[in-house]
Amino acid sequence: MTGALQRYTPLLLLALGWEAVSRLGIVSPAALPPLDKVATAWLDLTASGDLVTNGIASISRAAAGLGLAVICGSTIGVLMAWYLPVRVVINPIVQFFYPMPKSALIPVMALWLGFGDASKVVLIFVGCMLPVTLSAYNGARGTEQVLIWSARSLGASRARVLWEVVLPSALPELLSGIRTALAFAFVLLVASELLVARQGLGYMIGWLGDGGVYDAMFAVVMTVAGLGFAADRGYLMLMRRVLAWRE
Amino acid sequence: MARIEGAGILVLPRRAAVGLRLGQLGAAIARRVGSLLPLIALVLAWEVSSRSGMVSSFLLPPLSAVLGRVWDDALSGDLTINLGMTLYRALAGFAIAAVGGVALGIVMTRIKFIRWFFDPIVSVGFPMPKIAFLPIFMLWLGLYDVSKISMAAFNAIFPVIVATVAAAEGVDRELLWSARSLGAGERQMLREIILPAALPQIMTGLQVALPVSMIVTIVTEMLMGGHGLGGAMIAASRFADSPGVFAGIVEIAVAGLCLVKSIAALRRRLLIWHQEAQEPTTV
Repeated sequence: MTGALQRYTPLLLLALGWEAVSRLGIVSPAALPPLDKVATAWLDLTASGDLVTNGIASISRAAAGLGLAVICGSTIGVLMAWYLPVRVVINPIVQFFYPMPKSALIPVMALWLGFGDASKVVLIFVGCMLPVTLSAYNGARGTEQVLIWSARSLGASRARVLWEVVLPSALPELLSGIRTALAFAFVLLVASELLVARQGLGYMIGWLGDGGVYDAMFAVVMTVAGLGFAADRGYLMLMRRVLAWRE
Repeated sequence: MARIEGAGILVLPRRAAVGLRLGQLGAAIARRVGSLLPLIALVLAWEVSSRSGMVSSFLLPPLSAVLGRVWDDALSGDLTINLGMTLYRALAGFAIAAVGGVALGIVMTRIKFIRWFFDPIVSVGFPMPKIAFLPIFMLWLGLYDVSKISMAAFNAIFPVIVATVAAAEGVDRELLWSARSLGAGERQMLREIILPAALPQIMTGLQVALPVSMIVTIVTEMLMGGHGLGGAMIAASRFADSPGVFAGIVEIAVAGLCLVKSIAALRRRLLIWHQEAQEPTTV
């Protein structure tokens, strides 16, 4: 407890510094509202339900897009490593689109799917799928051939080898690919909601900022940042748990 | 590998060696072309489905129309201005992040207090979706280059710091000890031991940071409008000018690809002495 306190003291100092420069008028409170105002605004937004409704809208978009990406990406990635024809067809496409900035697709998604949930979910799906596919492919490709041969010689069917040997050995790399995808999901979510949306945390940030309600805007920005941080930390804990067998 | 011949271990008759090389060359070309086939098929499917009216050409303008649009943009000079602005912002942000991140990372491994102060900030800041801070940057720094470049640098600096700290910590203790025992000063240690030994991992961090800086620049341009590839694209989308939107995607994709390829080439060049001088699998 004291260890954690000591470790995070700098953040506390930063928060105090924020409060001080704003209170003492070193920085105009319009540009940097004092931290306690931001906290009050956050409580107000939570109490009125705005933060909760928009937060749920955002999180469910990110979860849907990321979930689809994980399912499709890991399937395609493992199949790419397992079946030559799949690899020959898919690999060039994946390699070509991988370095492309996915946020460039935001206007197209708005054009195709409008301003609602669908455009965000599909954007996040497309953006997150490539890192997941590539990590599943690299992980599955790295499976030791000896393990596969022994499983086969012990009478396991190809499907069973895929499920019980290839998939577990691809897991570490796949999981770290999903972590990258998780970060992407948040970036794409916020960017697309800031640009084209009628609901969601990103939309709230834009709308509060345009209205000049800066303390509330800071509160929502902090909420988004906190959610992204918490999601990453939670995922990391889950990942360690799942990979505990690997020492 | 040519040296081996002199050692007499592996000597092929000259003619056979030439034949082998030609054969390998042919196979390599065939593989290259073969790997392009799926992409060519995709491009053809795009063109055909749009031309034949299977998909409305508003939603998916034919590729030829999109490329024509890129060509027109190039002729009218718009492409040069927009591409130049975007690259300038992305590269300026990246440069600030690279210099600042490496410097801060090195200082963090050398000075305990700095380490104590920045460690929690970096570990909390790294996984945050920093793009959410964009409206704050707009509020503080305005709508022009300063806020866009700072935003790109702010997003790109975290992977550089994290990679530099990990790299500088990972420098072989024995290297440090021997250099010190040979009388190297603090500066000399930094320049001749720590930086070169940490370079491979720092480069990996930079390879992550460059696309990040490009992506963030484009998103900020989309939000703030004005010149730049992102701004041009969002303007096209507001006017429901779909060839313009797709031309933007093509331009951004090509620019992004060139940046990623050139930093990979820089890595190979700088790390020619390093045995694992290959591209990382990270983004």
